[in-house]
Amino acid sequence: MGSSAWQLRNHARFSCRAASRSNRLPLSPDEWEAVWLTLVVAARAIGFGLPLAVLAAWVLARYRFPGRALLNALVHLPMVLPPVVTGWLLLVLFGIRGPIGILLSEWFGIRLVFTTAGASLACAVMTFPIMVRSIRLSLDAVDGGLEQAARTLGAGWLDRLFNITLPLASPGILVGAIVAYATCLGEFGAVITFAANIPGQTQTLPLAIYAALQVPGGEAKAAELSLVSLTLALVGLLLSEWIGKRLNVVLGR
Amino acid sequence: MTFSLSLRHRFPSIQLDIAFEVPSPGVTVLFGPSGAGKSTIINAAAGLLRPDACRIEADGKVLADTRAGVWLPPERRRTGLVFQDSRLFPHMSVATNLRFGMRRVAPGAIRFDEIVDLLGIGALLDRRPHTLSGGERQRVAIGRALLAQPHLLLMDEPLASLDAARKAEILPYLTRLKTALNLPIVYVTHALDELVRLADSMVLIDAGQVVAHGSVSEVASRADLPLARRDDAGALLLCRVEENDTRRELTRLEGGGATFWVPLLDLPARAGCRIRVPAREVILASRPPDAISLHNVVPGIVRRIADDGFRHSVVVEIGLPSGGLLSRVTPDAVVRLGLAPGSPVLALIKSTSIEVLGD
Repeated sequence: MGSSAWQLRNHARFSCRAASRSNRLPLSPDEWEAVWLTLVVAARAIGFGLPLAVLAAWVLARYRFPGRALLNALVHLPMVLPPVVTGWLLLVLFGIRGPIGILLSEWFGIRLVFTTAGASLACAVMTFPIMVRSIRLSLDAVDGGLEQAARTLGAGWLDRLFNITLPLASPGILVGAIVAYATCLGEFGAVITFAANIPGQTQTLPLAIYAALQVPGGEAKAAELSLVSLTLALVGLLLSEWIGKRLNVVLGR
Repeated sequence: MTFSLSLRHRFPSIQLDIAFEVPSPGVTVLFGPSGAGKSTIINAAAGLLRPDACRIEADGKVLADTRAGVWLPPERRRTGLVFQDSRLFPHMSVATNLRFGMRRVAPGAIRFDEIVDLLGIGALLDRRPHTLSGGERQRVAIGRALLAQPHLLLMDEPLASLDAARKAEILPYLTRLKTALNLPIVYVTHALDELVRLADSMVLIDAGQVVAHGSVSEVASRADLPLARRDDAGALLLCRVEENDTRRELTRLEGGGATFWVPLLDLPARAGCRIRVPAREVILASRPPDAISLHNVVPGIVRRIADDGFRHSVVVEIGLPSGGLLSRVTPDAVVRLGLAPGSPVLALIKSTSIEVLGD
């Protein structure tokens, strides 16, 4: 898979950098690897999930159609289901013998179970409702009168979507993406169920913390990783708050 | 260029049945109380609201015809629309707002620099909409609509959300605009001052129906319309400056086939202007008075006497050779002078009570 080569390269680069810093920060190379892996998994989850979340939010916010309630429920399902159930459902659907899994491996040669890509998929599904909710709220807040004005000025629907609606909803889209990213960093149940706990491939921060706690004398390592986790979460939340405010100033609100 | 519209639409509270044609170029004011259906007409013309039945034609092009199944979406109508709340895009600068419609059509006769100059918004181009005053915002909105090269400009109460000072600031721009543009303008308002300043023709609308339709001086001088029952009712005449008598500090105007003297104006001879003669300022007489300070004794024929029982007064419509005047008097005065439709009468008007509105 092309992406694993990319990962290895990054992994190597990161390990070097981590080694040079190891005298300052008390993290071992494999701990750094878990941190880096977590950031990459979350980034890919948002990268693929965000456009779909924008589409789902836009459809839910603007259109009335049969099956809308069902779509709404499906989008929000991961929020209320136990994560382990979501992970299991992903196994059923995307597993080697699952209906989607078979198609992916036969057509594209892609395997998702027990891979980094699979961890990203689990994260994307789990954080999808967070993004959709945030984007939908900001789409609802876009003044329909501005879209009308754009229409009378000759803008078709795609033109309006990209030049009026999405820019005006951008605070909600960005804040949703950042909060979802921060949430990805802590995703546990669905990831361990669907992608398992493989160091260097699917062992993200929370999984590494869990693994450390299973080993006698691993408390120190767990504490270090927890501290990293805490810092990342905090930075994510502060960043989303700050960006939301900045964008609203830019948009003149 | 012409614009014609006919539409029927049923709302839960009101049934609209409207048809009118608009001369071009010129400003046609849709006038009437709020809730009469004026905004519905504008939205249907722009394509934002789909009436039960309608036929809308601008510049020989059918924009909508429900019988033929034609319905152009707003983005393909080329009708400029100025909203009451300006609706500038908050994430764009004034210049980008102005160019929004312009970038989406083929270049036309209306040029960017010209419009910026005409509306006096050159200093605002780099600003953001939320830093502008209400009047500035409306001027930018008007410019934005015009730069989209419309065949027709629709203005839906563009000054209604502005205070008197802002309104006074923007009205001169609108009068300049209407002479500079070769384009029909449909202007919705329920404010009399905007009507008398801007209208060339008007459509009087009440409860979803066209009550009267014609040139503004013709409709404003009719005693049988609800317009004449307003406290501030008055006739409107299009005049021309004939003579500035600097010694007597008077200006002589000709309009409606009559002569009017007003306090000296700052207008050159032959210049056009419009005057408004409030109905309650017009005294009626059957013989010319002598030894009176009054300058204007205008002969006419009584055309109509409309009862305004609520105020214990009547409104007398006086026909001039071309146009008319309104006078609000008591029923007793009508009896004493023996006035009836067709009888000759003299309208006495103080020169200082004539409102000169420029053009």
